[in-house]
Amino acid sequence: MSPVVKRKGEKFTLPSKYLLFILTILCTAMMLITFGTDAFNRPLNTVVGYVIIPFQRGIGRVGEWLSNRSEELVQIRTLLDENARLKAEVAALTEENTLLQQDKYELNRLQELFELSEQYASYHKVGARIIGRDSGNWYSAFVIDKGEEDGLEVDMNVIAGGGLVGRITSVGPNWARVTSIISDNSHVSAMTLSTEDNMTVSGDLKQMANGCITFKQLMDGQDMVREGDKVVTSDISDKYLPNILIGYISAIDKDANNLTKSGQIVPAVDFEHLGEVLVITDRKQTAEEN
Amino acid sequence: MLKKCIIAIFIIVCFVLQCSVFDSLSFAGIIPNLMIILTSSFGFMCGEKYGLVIGFVCGLLSDIFFGSFLGFYALLLMYIGYVNGKFCKIFYPEDIKLPLALIVVSDLSYGIICYVLTFMLRGKFQFTYYFAHVILPEALYTIVVTLFLYPLILKVNEKLENRKEH
Repeated sequence: MSPVVKRKGEKFTLPSKYLLFILTILCTAMMLITFGTDAFNRPLNTVVGYVIIPFQRGIGRVGEWLSNRSEELVQIRTLLDENARLKAEVAALTEENTLLQQDKYELNRLQELFELSEQYASYHKVGARIIGRDSGNWYSAFVIDKGEEDGLEVDMNVIAGGGLVGRITSVGPNWARVTSIISDNSHVSAMTLSTEDNMTVSGDLKQMANGCITFKQLMDGQDMVREGDKVVTSDISDKYLPNILIGYISAIDKDANNLTKSGQIVPAVDFEHLGEVLVITDRKQTAEEN
Repeated sequence: MLKKCIIAIFIIVCFVLQCSVFDSLSFAGIIPNLMIILTSSFGFMCGEKYGLVIGFVCGLLSDIFFGSFLGFYALLLMYIGYVNGKFCKIFYPEDIKLPLALIVVSDLSYGIICYVLTFMLRGKFQFTYYFAHVILPEALYTIVVTLFLYPLILKVNEKLENRKEH
């Protein structure tokens, strides 16, 4: 007799191998569906948003409080030294400031002359706190405590400390997942600030321990790119806003094909000690949206 | 019913701990895998069905938060839970060698499958590097955490079993 058929007076239970079979099919179907679309994202993200996020927020707050207290104790001593040093610096900086103000006045005048628009200073930003990190060791993503309710959407850029952190890859009502640029599955179209040569910047698990990311396919025919050059997001990227600082080139190698170069970049952001990030709520306009 | 609620609480607490607390306790950027500990210990303590369902739920949580598509970790952890459930018959609560061995093997195979499917297929072939720097440290750290977490799970499970008998 088949084990699935219900006998009289016996409680119905599904044998585990059938359950395994059903769930396997379910998983495979989900993988196939969500590979191209995001059909299940909304309901599932909403559910976990209300079950998991409150716990994460709580723990995040406790952890932050504890690390703040321990940091305070350590810092008091160094602060005293620093205070003396900073006082001397203030005097020097005041002098410098007056000089800079004169320069700025001149710059404003010149900008008006050239009718330069200040589009990069005018992005709208939202601050968010990191409340969870990737549960595995293979990739680098984190969860922030703002989501759809705060106006966030997928593909918005995330910055911190003046540099690019990554972009939002999934949103729930009160949380969002940010895939960082050091993650092994992340690729950013970038260019050098000085020569505007395009390249692809990718995260790399092997370099993550050294705090570096890699770049490749840099076309630099005239050998103008040097170590220490600034790398920013390029104009041709369809996910990232242009001219956000990524980092500085730390090593350049010529590829075997003698045409392109690859190497390493030190990111501008300290990914080890990241607590708060800024989300730019302006998205790059693409042709289909207009 | 009580057992299911307690297991659900276990899963949520472990997942939250793994994402937040263990991130600050990481050694060389490696965090232990609490989901594997939960999945395989409930697998060999309570049988195949518990193993596979718990693995599925744990994996789905990781998928929703950190996966690029749904179902990958769920499928992987579900099979790990199911295979661990096969060892239910030779499991005795007094014996700690079998649980430790099963959890290490589960974590190593989890790491290797993750490497093969998500790294090797993208052309990253330095297996020895990834094995020495990610898979092995994760397994070792997981074992250390198991020594603390497993007795707790075992105690809770024994209490629940006794309740049922009375």
